[in-house]
Amino acid sequence: MVGNVLHKVTLVSNNTDQHAQKSHRVQSVDAEQVAAMREEMLRFTTLQLRDSVLAEDVVHEALNAALSKNKYSGRGSLKSWVFAILRNKIIDVIRERSRHPTESYIEDDVSDDQFDDRGHWKKSHKPSNWGQPETVLANEQFWLIFDICLKALPENTARVFMMREHLGLELKEVCKELNISDSNAWVIMHRARSQLRKCLEINFIQEGKL
Amino acid sequence: MMECKQAAKLMSQSQDRNLTFNERMSLRFHLLMCSGCAQYNKQMDFIRKAMKQLKQR
Repeated sequence: MVGNVLHKVTLVSNNTDQHAQKSHRVQSVDAEQVAAMREEMLRFTTLQLRDSVLAEDVVHEALNAALSKNKYSGRGSLKSWVFAILRNKIIDVIRERSRHPTESYIEDDVSDDQFDDRGHWKKSHKPSNWGQPETVLANEQFWLIFDICLKALPENTARVFMMREHLGLELKEVCKELNISDSNAWVIMHRARSQLRKCLEINFIQEGKL
Repeated sequence: MMECKQAAKLMSQSQDRNLTFNERMSLRFHLLMCSGCAQYNKQMDFIRKAMKQLKQR
């Protein structure tokens, strides 16, 4: 089900991509195409905000904002334009929420179980050769697993990681928004990347899907 | 010589801040000597690429 949706949306975005490459002129907003993205927008927003009710509201607002415009500048795909609107709405919510923090981001510098006492990779955790992983970026199966691995990150870790890597904020800004220290944020980012890496290695590379 | 644990931390931090000259040099040296960390470094680049592409999808 999720796969179908992803696939469908990707096809839509590929079409608009090709179209966009031909010309950079202003293009009309196709309401049906925008509506078809709703489910994926919802998944993305829920992942960011960890609150499905709030996510519904934010997606609703973003859809309204997108549909209230008849035209968009046809530089990228319709989908990246819609998601840019969505990202801005999400950033607003995160900013608003970080003024009233309810959770602690204090992270212990927990011992990392990938390394032995001397700080070397344990045999079972030593990163293997992934070959030319860039080739899998065109593979739908990869994106399903990538999505699952992102969702498997602990909540606070995911929030910091997605603000930095998906919303594209500087880490300084993330620290300010969430009221955490630089070194705290580095620990969280390192943990996120490290977990993602492990998850991909186990579920994609070792399964021989690469 | 720098340990892998420290090298892994620096590889992540290099995506979020400018490493100092000393950090860059000792990391570069470590990567020449350690195949596990060299792979890890490539994988960090790949994850960043994947996150960039995720935005375009």
